[in-house]
Amino acid sequence: MNLPIYLDYASTTPVDPAVADSMMECLTSTGNFGNPASRSHVFGWEAESAVEDARVEVANLVGADPREIVWTSGATEGNNLAIKGCAQFNVRKGKHVITSRIEHKAVLDTCRQLEREGFEVTYIDPDEQGLVQPEMVAAAMREDTTVVSIMHVNNELGTVNDIAAIGKLCRDRKIFFHVDAAQSAGKTAIDVEAMMVDMMSFSAHKLYGPKGIGALYVRRKPRVRIEAQIHGGGHERGMRSGTLPTHQIVGMGEAFRIGREVLASESDRIKVLRQRLWDGVADMEEVHLNGSPNQHVPGIVNISFAFVEGESLIMALRDLAVSSGSACTSASLEPSYVLRALGLNDEMAHSSIRFSIGRYTTEEQIDTAIAKVRLAVDKLRELSPLWDMFKDGVDLNQVEWSAH
Amino acid sequence: MAYSEKVIDHYENPRNVGKLDDTSKFVGTGMVGAPACGDVMRLQIQVNADGIIEDAKFKTYGCGSAIASSSLLTEWVKGKNIDDAEQIKNTEIAHELALPPVKIHCSVLAEDAIKAAVRDVREKQAV
Repeated sequence: MNLPIYLDYASTTPVDPAVADSMMECLTSTGNFGNPASRSHVFGWEAESAVEDARVEVANLVGADPREIVWTSGATEGNNLAIKGCAQFNVRKGKHVITSRIEHKAVLDTCRQLEREGFEVTYIDPDEQGLVQPEMVAAAMREDTTVVSIMHVNNELGTVNDIAAIGKLCRDRKIFFHVDAAQSAGKTAIDVEAMMVDMMSFSAHKLYGPKGIGALYVRRKPRVRIEAQIHGGGHERGMRSGTLPTHQIVGMGEAFRIGREVLASESDRIKVLRQRLWDGVADMEEVHLNGSPNQHVPGIVNISFAFVEGESLIMALRDLAVSSGSACTSASLEPSYVLRALGLNDEMAHSSIRFSIGRYTTEEQIDTAIAKVRLAVDKLRELSPLWDMFKDGVDLNQVEWSAH
Repeated sequence: MAYSEKVIDHYENPRNVGKLDDTSKFVGTGMVGAPACGDVMRLQIQVNADGIIEDAKFKTYGCGSAIASSSLLTEWVKGKNIDDAEQIKNTEIAHELALPPVKIHCSVLAEDAIKAAVRDVREKQAV
């Protein structure tokens, strides 16, 4: 077996070979290299046609009209464009935005920026399973609330929020509803009509497409208007200027087409692997599954190995590509803000590992991962004074630590 | 994060892992750090009547650099007089292990641990 084993699909995915093939046809002089905005010759028309085909594929995965899809550079840009664009456009209606504490940094930092611009933001604390409940959103709504932004699937926990229920609340109150769907597109069913979503951000590279391309769904009826964040040639109906990268867009279209085709079968297969992984470690002492036991996507498994520190565990697991917290924050020494928001104590948050399973994960890889995890946890617990104390019956919460 | 070879060596083959009899008046224990900060170090030294450290053991909950810092420290203090052991500076540990700036606190913790262990054994012997 090739090592290291990739178990970090929630971070990014390899491009599906069929996707790579489709992209390579849009690059060189013999391929479809034209500028989709060129109206005066066949190179432009063909590129435009490929872009529009891809738009249909993205729309089809989520039950949207292709005219509601705006190409972006990724979900980060989509989140920025939706939240800032909608809040700024509707500033005369109010200056209050609602989001949750466990959103991706692309949403949280965007909200921080709005705060600097004079908006007020309410950050909802999720429940202990990591779910943002509709009643929590309802309780945060005010007369001057204009935008609610709640993620569909949490990137660290894999928990799935009840988007349809939150969507209904927003629609009833005429509040615009944005959903970050970077982790959910192609992993769980999405229907923007049934869910009453107004804006939804997507990323290609989480679904076996290329990095550097994404899309934002912007509802037409009832119409959602947003202020552009990038100005220029007026592409994408003025919402996002910039020459469309045909190869990236074609890649995303193909990735989303495949994603729709295999969603059910892939999700069944990953469910089995998830269960296998959990069964393989669940009998160890003081091992906890973080997140929701019922409302989750199969691909993300977040486990705390108590009394073992996460970074040293990752070091011991160098044959496994896994992450402790999200990759965006793993350069810092802070424990995951997502796990802390669930009320997990620090040592459990420090002890967590996210395994994410995907299209190319095999049973054999999962078995190897289990064996390596067991060995590493045992070794590090042998080294851990906290494990000693736990075994001696010391309550770690009663100890007076010398924080540094 | 890329670790130096010395950190990896200590992490893979930690020296002097274990526990000494804390009830003995010849054993000093230094427990520093906090679970909330992501590292806890327990360093124990056993001294003879002349104040020479005959044995040292550690257990550490923390990142690879924290484990390596405490492992290295146990090697260094063995055979040293407690007065000399107390003089070990975190910068020496950080230099030996080539710790990056974000990991300097691990060596600081190790320095705190040996100081606390020496203090503990002194207090026990004074009684």
